[in-house]
Amino acid sequence: MSSIAKKKGFGASVWDYLTTVDHKKIAILYLAAGGLFFVIGGIEAMLIRIQLAKPDNDFVSAGLFNEIITMHGTTMIFLAAMPILFGFMNAVMPLQIGARDVAFPFLNALGFWLFLFGGIFLNLSWFMGGAPDAGWTSYASLSLASPGHGIDFYALGLQISGAGTYIGGINFLVTIINMRAPGMTYMRMPLMTWTTFVASALILFAFPPLTIGLFFLILDRMFGANFFDHTMGGNTIIWEHLFWIFGHPEVYILILPAFGIFSEIFALFSRKRLFGYSSMVFATVLIGFLGFMVWAHHMFTVGLGPTANAIFAVATMAIAVPTGMKIFNWLLTIWGGSIKVTVPMLYALGFIPSFVAGGVTGVMQAAAPLDYQLHDSYFIVAHFHYVIVGGVVLAILAALHLYWPLMFNQMLSEKLGKWTFWFFFIGFHMTFFIQHFLGLMGMPRRVFTFRADQGWDLFNLISSIGAVFMAIGVIILVINIIITVAKNVPVGNDPWEDGRTLEWAIPQPVPFYNFKQTPLVRGLDTFWIEKQEGNKEGMTYAEPISDIHMPNNSFIPFVMTVGLFVAAFGALYNGEKTWAVPVLVLGLAITLLSMAVRSLKDDHGYHIHKEDLMNEKGGK
Amino acid sequence: MNTTMKEGFDLAMMKGLKKWRLFSLLAALTIFLSGCGEEYLSTLTPAGQVGRDQYNLLLLSSAIMALVILVVVIIYVLALVKFRRSKVGENVIPKQVEGSHTLEIIWTVIPIILLLILAVPTVAYTYKHADVAGMSEVNEEGNKTAVTVNVTAKLYWWEFEYPDLGIVTAQELVVPTNEKVYFNLKAADVKHSFWIPTAGGKMDTNVENVNQFYLEFDKESAGLKDGVFYGKCAELCGPSHALMDFKVKTLDRKDFDAWVESAKSTEHVAQGDLATQGEEIFNTSCIACHATSAAGTAGSMGPNLGTFGDRNRVAGFMDHDKENLKAWINDPQSYKPGNVMPQPEAINNGDKFSEEQLDALAEYLMGLSVEK
Amino acid sequence: MDFNTKYTPQTWPEHPEQVTLEGKNKFLGFWLFLGGETVLFASLFATYLALKNKGPSGMEYSTQTLFELPLVFVMTMLLLTSSLTSVYAMYHMKNHNFKGMQTWMAITVLLGLGFLCLEIYEFNHYVHIGFTYGQSAFSSAFFTLVGTHGIHVVIGLVWIILLILRNAKRGFSLYNAPKYYTASLYWHFIDVVWVFIFTVVYLMGVVG
Repeated sequence: MSSIAKKKGFGASVWDYLTTVDHKKIAILYLAAGGLFFVIGGIEAMLIRIQLAKPDNDFVSAGLFNEIITMHGTTMIFLAAMPILFGFMNAVMPLQIGARDVAFPFLNALGFWLFLFGGIFLNLSWFMGGAPDAGWTSYASLSLASPGHGIDFYALGLQISGAGTYIGGINFLVTIINMRAPGMTYMRMPLMTWTTFVASALILFAFPPLTIGLFFLILDRMFGANFFDHTMGGNTIIWEHLFWIFGHPEVYILILPAFGIFSEIFALFSRKRLFGYSSMVFATVLIGFLGFMVWAHHMFTVGLGPTANAIFAVATMAIAVPTGMKIFNWLLTIWGGSIKVTVPMLYALGFIPSFVAGGVTGVMQAAAPLDYQLHDSYFIVAHFHYVIVGGVVLAILAALHLYWPLMFNQMLSEKLGKWTFWFFFIGFHMTFFIQHFLGLMGMPRRVFTFRADQGWDLFNLISSIGAVFMAIGVIILVINIIITVAKNVPVGNDPWEDGRTLEWAIPQPVPFYNFKQTPLVRGLDTFWIEKQEGNKEGMTYAEPISDIHMPNNSFIPFVMTVGLFVAAFGALYNGEKTWAVPVLVLGLAITLLSMAVRSLKDDHGYHIHKEDLMNEKGGK
Repeated sequence: MNTTMKEGFDLAMMKGLKKWRLFSLLAALTIFLSGCGEEYLSTLTPAGQVGRDQYNLLLLSSAIMALVILVVVIIYVLALVKFRRSKVGENVIPKQVEGSHTLEIIWTVIPIILLLILAVPTVAYTYKHADVAGMSEVNEEGNKTAVTVNVTAKLYWWEFEYPDLGIVTAQELVVPTNEKVYFNLKAADVKHSFWIPTAGGKMDTNVENVNQFYLEFDKESAGLKDGVFYGKCAELCGPSHALMDFKVKTLDRKDFDAWVESAKSTEHVAQGDLATQGEEIFNTSCIACHATSAAGTAGSMGPNLGTFGDRNRVAGFMDHDKENLKAWINDPQSYKPGNVMPQPEAINNGDKFSEEQLDALAEYLMGLSVEK
Repeated sequence: MDFNTKYTPQTWPEHPEQVTLEGKNKFLGFWLFLGGETVLFASLFATYLALKNKGPSGMEYSTQTLFELPLVFVMTMLLLTSSLTSVYAMYHMKNHNFKGMQTWMAITVLLGLGFLCLEIYEFNHYVHIGFTYGQSAFSSAFFTLVGTHGIHVVIGLVWIILLILRNAKRGFSLYNAPKYYTASLYWHFIDVVWVFIFTVVYLMGVVG
């Protein structure tokens, strides 16, 4: 019947994860890999703050500092925040809509491996002649001038991992449109699912411009093209446009799922339905839509002219309206509720003031003439860390505690969780609040050092001390995870007791086919409805028990990715090493051949038979 | 400045409403007590109309945003105080409210109004600060009425050309006060960004086109700590981006005219044996890249040294003394990694300059002044 | 609705590509993918327009001197016709006429190959007269835009050929019907992109 053996050796487990197409296991892979990159990015952040703790410091050299800031930004955005969110989307979204898996389990695995190998490729630059050093934005004139292979690693690595993200986006969209359980109308979808949906749509339309921009960079640097070389008629501003047409929606790709997570948390831990559900959905869609109209606010100082600047300034301000709607809806959700301050709720409560602070500074920067002062100063650094850390990272940490029991059937320690929160939260504000003023006081961003007596010494020191607090918080979190995994105490389903949505209704550990019978969804917060009506099972079913069709595991996604990984080395050394072109061809051949194998071979999956399902008690 | 302090205080007060935010309150107070940054560098001490407009926009937007924060924090704190489970009771199931149209309209309309209040000056200033029509105005004699400076950003230094006056300087911008000064901005190698925080916001120097804007300076720099305003490169441009500083000297119109005359006419004559010896070394090793007369046009490989003796910094960021100058000449890479000035070995027959040579060079260079 | 069920023309469903959940997912997923592809090409078009005729000072190449409409017109006709033939193939698929579908797919491939040969000839000609890939920003943008389309053509051809060969003995099933359908969608997309290339690059290049 199933390919899952009851007990497996270590080797078999590894093989299982290498070939899995199960969204729950892929979620774990995303979480683990993203977590690893988060730690790497965090170490880079600490190096930055050590270097800037005092004036005229020589802890790291100028060139190395630029590599560190570039890798810190790139890693945190592409390899930590997004994959971790993808992990939660994978773990939760199919369960929330009553699906047995995502629409394309094979592509789901492929997406993960592409992200992972892209990330590994990017980080290999540290050991192969130096990391990229033109900032995460990699503006074209500097990135063309940058010596060595750092930028090549950046362009190729992001290309590979970006392809993974793009595939993932399409996958989630189709899953949500096609695979909702009976009764799960769009306007009954939990906010986590809604934000996954909108974020995926943003991925679909935002990643192609990045792909093109990166291709131009690759072609210019490695294959003799002249898109950005102005002496040959090229234009570097094209890169800036392409990058920000991607880059701004990217911010919403990160923050919308964070909004989704917090929407779940506020409702759950207030024991109250999300206030203004339909306006929350509307706001989510509107933010996603407006997100594409405002990219040039990153380019106010480029010299696009007053008309462009004025239009983009006003459009940017407009985004504050739906965002404000969300904030007030959350406030009104907890208003009149029964607030239980668990660790996830603590993060959600910490999120409100932090994110509002980040949001209002965003509006300040939308005022173009004011932004002439703020742009590329530490004010910007403060702003986007308030949004990304105060929004996205707090959401990730909240979700980690919230969904840990769903993913692993264990509970992270609440006590240690609270320690993490307080260290991280206080450290965060200490690090970044003060940076607003550094910016206003004339400190540009991305400086590897600063001279004493410009009035910046004390604030930079305070900021660095704050970073240490954040690091301590993360270390406590790691300890918490290790202890929890070692203890391995099962907690069963609905561990927070007030679960409202479908994912909490499933027995723990979640069977690999998710739902023995497809549920019938009878309203928003369907699990809550069932519980209120005294349904012990927590679900009404839409069908009798019948055979379940499942996809086969596959090693092909891994091989396809390895092919691209190999090809990337060929491209990187093109024109420099004689073996470059053969390696490029070999790598592409591996990928294309595995694609051919995939499409030529019949793979119909397998069925779990009704009788076997009857015998199972739900668990594995 | 007082307004900022007041708002900052308000902000801190709001945060202080929560006991656990006491720390932030103290931190915020400390920040404001320590002042608003240095007056030669901070955007909070604007020294010209453009900077002041932008500063006013900062105040306006901060005020509006503080209002928003205030409302949010009040609701938030009240909710937290009133609706904790420990207060409400362990087994209470709250009323499952769907939403409220009235409230939704309120928190849609009020933010829109607030944003409109901010949008009006934003758009107005956007056009105002981009208006460079005055650049080409001429008086009856056909001379340009306004000072225009062509700024070229190069790997880690700034070139300032006054095309209508026939002067070129580097690293130190000299401008008249109380009038609009126009800038043509361009980069010679990679993108940089031109920023004088006290005078107004920045403008990028692109490689493929010339950007234009204007600034005003209504305060003479003589009274400042170093006698200059600070300028910064605000766009990551390579390893020494952090060191790509420049300085701005503002003079009233009379002094500026005098400076222009002096810069145009000064023929540098080395004073004394040591300087003459330095001039000789300079003429063999350095003159290929560095001009020594401020009269001329832009485009040389290295910074124009015609006003070197008047400068405030060596290499844009080191204290202006002979020791630093000598150290810099003998190992520019170690001070400004990635800059394009040749190491001494490349221009001095494969050797570093000797101590005597350096003394002579320093003596000569420090004498290149148009102000003394 | 097993994949291996054998159908007769009478039992064969109206939309065989969308009967199974897998088929439905593939159908929708592919449309979304084409949405992303549209943005991809939009970026390429925008870049091309920005860099059109831009090169080192004194560049002798321009859209006016370079492009020859007759050749491009023939290419356009080949590709437009191939789009039509793939419609015929889909028509036969709906009618459960396997042979008809395979034949029309094969004709589509032949027309596509014809297009590809002409494109290779065209590129070769440009390179020959000195308008190489790295000659200018214009040449880079031109070759990248049109070449990306060309690579899509190659992928489409390989895909359809593999489909024809793979299913030659298997006949219709609900497993391969969506595969044929998406391949034909892809081919239409390629055609639509070419119409834009023909207009924006060639027509506007020569006329405008």
